[in-house]
Amino acid sequence: MKIKSNIAVSDSGFIFNPDTGESFTVNPLGASIISYIKEGKSVKDITGELRQVYEIDVNTLEKDTEDFLGLLKNFSLLTDA
Amino acid sequence: MPKKRKLTIAVSALNAIDSPGPGVAVIRALREAESFDVKIIGLAYESLEPGIYMHDLVDKTYQFPYPSSGVDSVMERLTYIHEKEKIDVLIPNFDAELYPFIKLENELREMGIHMCLPTMQQFEERHKMNLNEFGEKYDIKVPKSKNLNDISDVYQIEKDFEFPVLVKGKYYDAHVAYNVEQAKTFYNRISAKWGYPIIIQEFVHGMEYNVTGLGDGTGKTISAIPMRKQYITDKGKAWGGISISDRRMLDLTDKFISQTKWRGGFELELMKDKENNFYLLEINPRMPAWIYLSVGVGHNIPEALVKLALGEKVEPMGDYKVGKMFVRFAWDMIVDMQDFQTISTMGEL
Repeated sequence: MKIKSNIAVSDSGFIFNPDTGESFTVNPLGASIISYIKEGKSVKDITGELRQVYEIDVNTLEKDTEDFLGLLKNFSLLTDA
Repeated sequence: MPKKRKLTIAVSALNAIDSPGPGVAVIRALREAESFDVKIIGLAYESLEPGIYMHDLVDKTYQFPYPSSGVDSVMERLTYIHEKEKIDVLIPNFDAELYPFIKLENELREMGIHMCLPTMQQFEERHKMNLNEFGEKYDIKVPKSKNLNDISDVYQIEKDFEFPVLVKGKYYDAHVAYNVEQAKTFYNRISAKWGYPIIIQEFVHGMEYNVTGLGDGTGKTISAIPMRKQYITDKGKAWGGISISDRRMLDLTDKFISQTKWRGGFELELMKDKENNFYLLEINPRMPAWIYLSVGVGHNIPEALVKLALGEKVEPMGDYKVGKMFVRFAWDMIVDMQDFQTISTMGEL
């Protein structure tokens, strides 16, 4: 799981795909997940990190994280490689 | 700093309106050229083309006959203007002007007026009405289209196409028709304005992308800038756009230039469908109204085009800035009645 190498993500959560010209904004939580992916963390690592910050049950957290990753894939921002 | 040479450049399409001609954008780019200074001569068809009154951009404007008035009348007016201004380079920016100017290219060169235009074959081949053959010849994906010359043919559309379809004029205008009745209305409206044929084109759902660029006539790409339209007006014009780096668009442009040996500026209109296929919808044989974005990304295409027109060697411009945007705006100029009166009655300002 990798954010495509040419995707630009700013600290404020603004994402620009230079291939398509599409831009997106994510909230601070989305921005943290993207930065974890960039660090090469797995889904399990990411949910582990988030559980330390948010009071949330594991099932909901895993489901929401997977949903978010699916969204990133859907917009061609994330690859499986 | 060495003094730059000064060129007198005539530019048409000063209609910076809601469906803008490229003239004013071309002039802005020429004013920022690094290799020469310019005196700009505007060529206007109507007295209210905004560029006429932009005195900080256009030094002098002459009214000019419509291309439909014939090559002789265009030549006569140009001879008059050239006697007064000594034009070095002429940049026609309307599709409809290109036919007479391509015809006059040699004659004008002998007078000392240089242009960088596609050849007549390139110009004809890329016509909307020849797009199917163009796509087949150069192996470029294009939407299916059919030329109609008789209103009764509109009733046959359903045999070859599924609605909606695009109804297009030979040079300008395009409307989406959702049924035969709408197609008939657009057929009549467009043919009354632009003549025949009327082109019926398969409607490709997707996102609009454009590429502007410059070919040197030997098959070499001097520049290619892909852009995604971000804001589209009700006339289908880009009011905002952003430069992007899509490799497939650049490859398609290289293929277009290398195979056709395109000479001059151009704009490719593309549509990306749900399966991420690019379809070539149109090839405009001149620079687009958003050409100033090329300056913004580091390629001054109009400057390079002038050098090619003068027979100078121009090297490919290489990388450009990705993620640069243009956002158009409307602006009210206050104009003296005297200026309007002068251009209307004397034909020059």
